[in-house]
Amino acid sequence: MLEIKNLHAGIDGAEILKGVDLKVGAGEVHAVMGPNGSGKSTLAQILAGRDEYEITEGQVLFSNLQGADEDLFELEPEERAREGIFLAFQYPVEIPGVSNTYFLKAALNAIREHRGEPEVDAIEFLKLAREKMKLVEMDEKLLQRPVNHGFSGGEKKRNEIFHMAVLDPRLAILDETDSGLDIDALRIVASGVNTMRSENRAFLVITHYQRLLRYIEPDFVHVLMDGRIVQSGGPELARQLEESGYATYDESATEAA
Amino acid sequence: MPAVAEEHSLLTDYGDFESSLPQQPEAVADLRRRGVARFEELGFPSTRQEEWRFTNVAPVAKTSYVRAGGRLHGLTAAKLEPFQIPGTVDLVFVNGRYSEELSRQEEFPSGVFAGSLAAAMAWNPDLVSAHLGRYAGLDHPFVALNSAHVEDGAFVYVPRGVKLEQTLHLLFVATAGDQATVSYPRNLIVVDESAEATVVESYCGYQGDVYFTCPVTEIVGGANSVVDHYRLGEESLDAFHLGTLKIHLERDANFFTHSVNHGGAIVRNDIQAYLGGEGIHCTLNGLYLGRKKQLVDHHMWVDHAKPHCHSYELFKGILEDQSRAVFNGRIKVHEDAQKTDAKQSSQHLLLSDKALAQSNPQLEIFADDVRCTHGSTTGQIDEEALFYLRSRGIGEEAAKSLLTYAFAVEVLQEFRLETVRKDLEEFLFTRLPKGDVVRQAV
Repeated sequence: MLEIKNLHAGIDGAEILKGVDLKVGAGEVHAVMGPNGSGKSTLAQILAGRDEYEITEGQVLFSNLQGADEDLFELEPEERAREGIFLAFQYPVEIPGVSNTYFLKAALNAIREHRGEPEVDAIEFLKLAREKMKLVEMDEKLLQRPVNHGFSGGEKKRNEIFHMAVLDPRLAILDETDSGLDIDALRIVASGVNTMRSENRAFLVITHYQRLLRYIEPDFVHVLMDGRIVQSGGPELARQLEESGYATYDESATEAA
Repeated sequence: MPAVAEEHSLLTDYGDFESSLPQQPEAVADLRRRGVARFEELGFPSTRQEEWRFTNVAPVAKTSYVRAGGRLHGLTAAKLEPFQIPGTVDLVFVNGRYSEELSRQEEFPSGVFAGSLAAAMAWNPDLVSAHLGRYAGLDHPFVALNSAHVEDGAFVYVPRGVKLEQTLHLLFVATAGDQATVSYPRNLIVVDESAEATVVESYCGYQGDVYFTCPVTEIVGGANSVVDHYRLGEESLDAFHLGTLKIHLERDANFFTHSVNHGGAIVRNDIQAYLGGEGIHCTLNGLYLGRKKQLVDHHMWVDHAKPHCHSYELFKGILEDQSRAVFNGRIKVHEDAQKTDAKQSSQHLLLSDKALAQSNPQLEIFADDVRCTHGSTTGQIDEEALFYLRSRGIGEEAAKSLLTYAFAVEVLQEFRLETVRKDLEEFLFTRLPKGDVVRQAV
């Protein structure tokens, strides 16, 4: 579904990603772990189409709705969303003046139009929204509020998962959705994600803490250090990291240099 | 554009104008004479004067005008439709003169007057004389110029204790033919003690028409009154509008004015509120949209003369192309105006690199126990928010429009009158690119 080949990227001349290779198949859950500054969020933002990063080398292929591989960098952020990529933001943006419900309805209809599906009307949308809110035990009053405006940290993260559930992506990228969540909120968010796991949907779960992976069991775990994936493995790698931390990689990275 | 004329051409055939007037109360005639004298002294301001530093009115001065008088230039009731607001009572003024034919005739409660100032001068000369020209000072050149030409405009009087249920819509429509026209609407709104009124003033014209509207509105909010006022600027993009709104408030008055402008080539609104009693709440909000080479200037002056008064100002400007905006926010707190609470915020959203905003707060505080805050921001579309919306599937243009709408709507949300708010929301949906997506998304 997604194939990242030798991706180099940076910002203002400083290289952040230094050759990332990663293949994600439909139905798979991949965890990308790494310390601060390793390039995790950069990777997430680049996949979603944030244009402040400069791609210096490499390629990302994404299989489109027709099943053909497409150069992801040829697509605008909204085109990627309509093709089925969703990014749950590390820091969801507050947008006063834009309603959480109506904006999401407009987004869903833009995606449906692209897929050749009929628009949903207000009543159908509300029904769908109510159903999906239950996944993340979100308070219905948050539907009436402006996007993320005045939401607590936990409410913002749940709102991201709620958006994801409504928009029904094929590839969901969760950028540190667990950061700053207490255990209860984390469980709720994780169970929302687990409910959405399916053979047609892939997840790229980016996290700083191993804790999340107790609740969302990944098929693959990758360790990102200084802009490169230094180790990949199965779920056992996460457990291993929980015990040893990132320090061992720091040493190996230093030795390698 | 018509040929360049010498300055003061606006007064050259004043004798003809004066002899065309009906008999006016002595106080009004006197106001006119003082207006003539003062404008002759002051003339058109130049950018060397502090108050006009960023607003060059030379193009207004250089155009020669004919007095439109009662000329309609083919205006019909149907042509007014775009400017009408559902649920309001239209009082229509063509080039500053009341049009009985185009206005809606309505029964008002006993003692209420809403209609032509010229008619009011005959109906109750003492009432008009007691207020007209008492608040708007002649030291402002365009108040002087307007005062020199007092002829007609709107007069609204709501007597003590009366709540006027109908919303009045004072619709000032300008017309021009081959020659540029000038008009001087003069309006007086008196809401007496414990009375309530809702008044919308709008200034409109037709695209392509060149004209100059120079209105003055004086509003008196009596003790304990509630006045909800709106001022909509929808002039032709080739028109000049140099207007003054002077608000005089007495104790415990609740006053709201919302000024929204998107028309005119050069627009200047001087909005001055005098808080002359204790316990007054005064809200002065505004929203303006500029495009092409439009210039819109708001000069605010809130004068806190007495203790325990609150004033709130929120002005937002959205500037495209090479448009420019000026916001000058002066607040004066007199020595005995203790416990004053004055808030002022001016925000600009620049949608183009060539748009320009000048914002200048001026606080003059002579009391020591007050709370005065001001803030001014100028920025572009928030890239983070834009990316967030796009990452959910909203197209770039629609996302920009959505964020622009969100910026503007904070001002509209404060409207107490839903019909005007809806009207302006609809205007934004039409004006913003991909407005249909915005309509769906908010």
